[in-house]
Amino acid sequence: MSSLLTLQGVHTHIGAYHILHGVNLEVPAGELTMLLGRNGAGKTTTLRTIMGLWPASKGRISFDGKAIGGAGVKASTPDIACSGIAYVPESMGIFADLTVRENLLLAARGARSIEQIDTKRLDWLFTMFPALKKFWLYPAGKLNGGQKQMLAIARAMVEPRRLLLIDEPSKGLAPAMVRNMIAALRELKSTQTTVLLVEQNFMVARELGDGVAVMDNGRVVHAGRMAGLAQDDEMQQRLLGLSLASHQ
Amino acid sequence: MLNRILSHDLPRNRWLALLLILMLLGLALTPFLFPGTKALNVAAKIIVFTLLVASYDLLLGYTGIVSFAHTMFFGIGAYGVAIASTRMGPGWGAVALGVGGALLLSLLLSLVIGLFSLRVKAIFFAMITLAVASAFLTLASQLSDWTGGEDGLNFKVPEALQPGTQYLEDPLLGASIDGRFVSYYLLFVVSLLLVLALLRIVNSPFGRVLQAIRENDFRAEAIGYRTVIYRTLSNVLAALFACLAGALLAIWLRYNGPDTSLSFEIMLDILLIVVIGGMGTMYGALIGSVLFMLAQSYLQDLMRLGASAVEGVPLLSQLISPERWLLWLGVLFVLAVYHFPSGVVGRLRTSGRRPG
Amino acid sequence: MNQATEIAIPKAGFDWLPLALVPLLALALLPFVGSPSTWLTLTVAGLAMGLIIFVIASGLTLVFGLMDVLNFGHGVFIALGAFVATSVLGGMSAWIGAPSLLLNLGAIFVAMLVAMSVAAAVGLAFERVLVRPVYGQHLKQILITMGGMIIGEELIKVIWGPQQIALPLPETLRGAFLWGDAAVEKYRVLAVAIGLVVLGVMLYTLNRTKIGLLVRAGVQDREMVESLGYRIRRLFIGVFVTGSALAGLGGVMWGLYQQNVTPQMGAQVNVLIFIVIIIGGLGSTLGCFVGALLVGLLANYTGFLVPKLALFSNIALMVAVLLWRPQGLYPVTSR
Repeated sequence: MSSLLTLQGVHTHIGAYHILHGVNLEVPAGELTMLLGRNGAGKTTTLRTIMGLWPASKGRISFDGKAIGGAGVKASTPDIACSGIAYVPESMGIFADLTVRENLLLAARGARSIEQIDTKRLDWLFTMFPALKKFWLYPAGKLNGGQKQMLAIARAMVEPRRLLLIDEPSKGLAPAMVRNMIAALRELKSTQTTVLLVEQNFMVARELGDGVAVMDNGRVVHAGRMAGLAQDDEMQQRLLGLSLASHQ
Repeated sequence: MLNRILSHDLPRNRWLALLLILMLLGLALTPFLFPGTKALNVAAKIIVFTLLVASYDLLLGYTGIVSFAHTMFFGIGAYGVAIASTRMGPGWGAVALGVGGALLLSLLLSLVIGLFSLRVKAIFFAMITLAVASAFLTLASQLSDWTGGEDGLNFKVPEALQPGTQYLEDPLLGASIDGRFVSYYLLFVVSLLLVLALLRIVNSPFGRVLQAIRENDFRAEAIGYRTVIYRTLSNVLAALFACLAGALLAIWLRYNGPDTSLSFEIMLDILLIVVIGGMGTMYGALIGSVLFMLAQSYLQDLMRLGASAVEGVPLLSQLISPERWLLWLGVLFVLAVYHFPSGVVGRLRTSGRRPG
Repeated sequence: MNQATEIAIPKAGFDWLPLALVPLLALALLPFVGSPSTWLTLTVAGLAMGLIIFVIASGLTLVFGLMDVLNFGHGVFIALGAFVATSVLGGMSAWIGAPSLLLNLGAIFVAMLVAMSVAAAVGLAFERVLVRPVYGQHLKQILITMGGMIIGEELIKVIWGPQQIALPLPETLRGAFLWGDAAVEKYRVLAVAIGLVVLGVMLYTLNRTKIGLLVRAGVQDREMVESLGYRIRRLFIGVFVTGSALAGLGGVMWGLYQQNVTPQMGAQVNVLIFIVIIIGGLGSTLGCFVGALLVGLLANYTGFLVPKLALFSNIALMVAVLLWRPQGLYPVTSR
């Protein structure tokens, strides 16, 4: 399995704070890789560094063989996005004053107007996220948390992308919504899209993850297959401070 | 001893200290060293502006607040003395009443501005102060019954300070000891004391909190400091000191009008001096004022020479015309903001720290 | 997409209240003014002034909303536009003097076009030389752009001289329409028309084109727009240049409104446009529009009713609005 995204020895400094201390990560193509870890382990920082929102002070980030980040590499966030990476931040990044329709149109780089978006694609999105259709002309800010999250993910899917970076989509969602979200992400997986998913909810991780990487203190401390981690209670306890039984 | 006077905020650089001492001595001995009314006027202006800019540095350099209303308080101080002396007749009573009233008004206005506007973002605040300052300028021109309108007010100062009052028959060491002489040293001593007071303020725990707020107001608030209160206090203090500077100016000029104390050009001068001198240093106010005033007074003469030399050349003569003084000021200002953000003082201090 | 629109919940309600303030203000002051004809004259004057201010301020509010850049030197484009117009119209005296409406209008439009182009070019240089190096640093932005304005004003004095220059209206645009007792100045009607056209084009571009969509999104969350793959830097330069061009246009209109131009006019209008964009809400075009109209109307009414308080009316309005809505009439929900 070839690696679509590779991080080698990536360090990130934010002001005076040294957050990432040499992250090594490989995201295989066509799979969903989970990025797990406690609060403050550096998961969000890793995603943001990949996207170029924070510059990597050392190390190297390559996407599909090309360097998109690291010391001496000048890749801007728009460039990185245009190479085929979609980012769904923790805050969802919904434009509250714009309608659902406008939010999706924005995400569709190739389309000048709604009509130019692939109808089959839109229908597929509507099947997964019926709320989008219902609130099509509504300001996105008026949607509830779960619907906003759906919109955020839908935006990342409105056009085919090589890699999706998703940051804690289940955060703050009711269990029913989490089920919907898992279903939607399963749909996404069926299209062979590569996904790097950050989560704190181990149940979600277990259901969706093919590969897994666990972070702590700005480093990846374990990388392997999800199946292996899911069966190993002791390792879970050690890495994530939980056991399957206690976390639903 | 020196440490205590300077509130432990030493120049920290040989050249800077030398420069400061020279300037201070120069100002202290101007009546003796540089005879003539022009030199005395320039020196008096330097003294007043040093105090004015130092008070602005408290606001901008130490607290990180951009305000365009500073000249308003300067003007209030000046008009306070002017109006009181005009209405009540010259004398120390008028001066005291004028200064007192002006301080009170400055206190109230700065409190209102601070409490109202400091709750909004810095950008709002800057724009609001701009609006308030221009409104005040218009007000001063329009209330001509009180302020003398565009023409301003000419008034007499207390007898002790009047030019006609001779203390000694003959000049002493080149300087004639008259009311002007006394006025000058009044300005010098009062300004010196006030600037030292400012130095004390910025080096106190209060001053340190201000700097913390300037660096990161979120964190300051998180640690527990009510930033609005500190900012308002800083605003008020700066206003009061500016007000006193205005009073001093009025006493020296024996005149005050919208152009001498309220004009936007003065606000720009303040900004220029504080940027060139060095923001957040206090010493920058003195160095900047000296450089600026000397340049303004004497460079314009140079420009006049240059202009007459290229008279007739269409664009060039206009560019060097002494009336276009502000153009070069503007260019210098932009260069200073961009290339010398820490001003002369900052440059001197960092150059001293170079190894070897 | 018809299916989507049929069953979709209709758009959320539009916030009419601030917009309604404009007619409310006008009507509220009618009894004070007394005669309806005077009121009409004042109202048209106020609308004309307001729309001119809107044309000038619209660029500034978008520049701030989109890129967090404070351009305290926006006034320089106003003065520049006005002075360029004096030169252009000075060279077209035949068209100005002719009794033909077509030629007169033609001359004015040519002047406006040239003024806008010059202002746009200078705006490009201004952004490159003054604004870009201090991107992200508010304090330095304020100082440097102010410096830019001083330099600009002085350069205008170098080129055109320091004194006031007259900018007379062409033949057919002088005077007023008479409706019974009411005199409505012809030029002001033209100004209103031009202002509305600019408003229309702006609203269309912002709401119906993808570029407009990008601008509106960028005002809310610049980082997310970049993460979606758009080079917002370039967009910003475009907005800045457009804003400068609009300020130039506004300068021409203002100059014709006052029938003279002075090098200080930029600095004078600066304060007014800051008040307007604060009232409207930084980053909101509609807010800017409402704010500008309110300011224009108020200035004319108070100028008639209580002239001494005219300048304070703006500040009072600003204070009143901020007490009601601290973020402005139409706050932009930003990151």
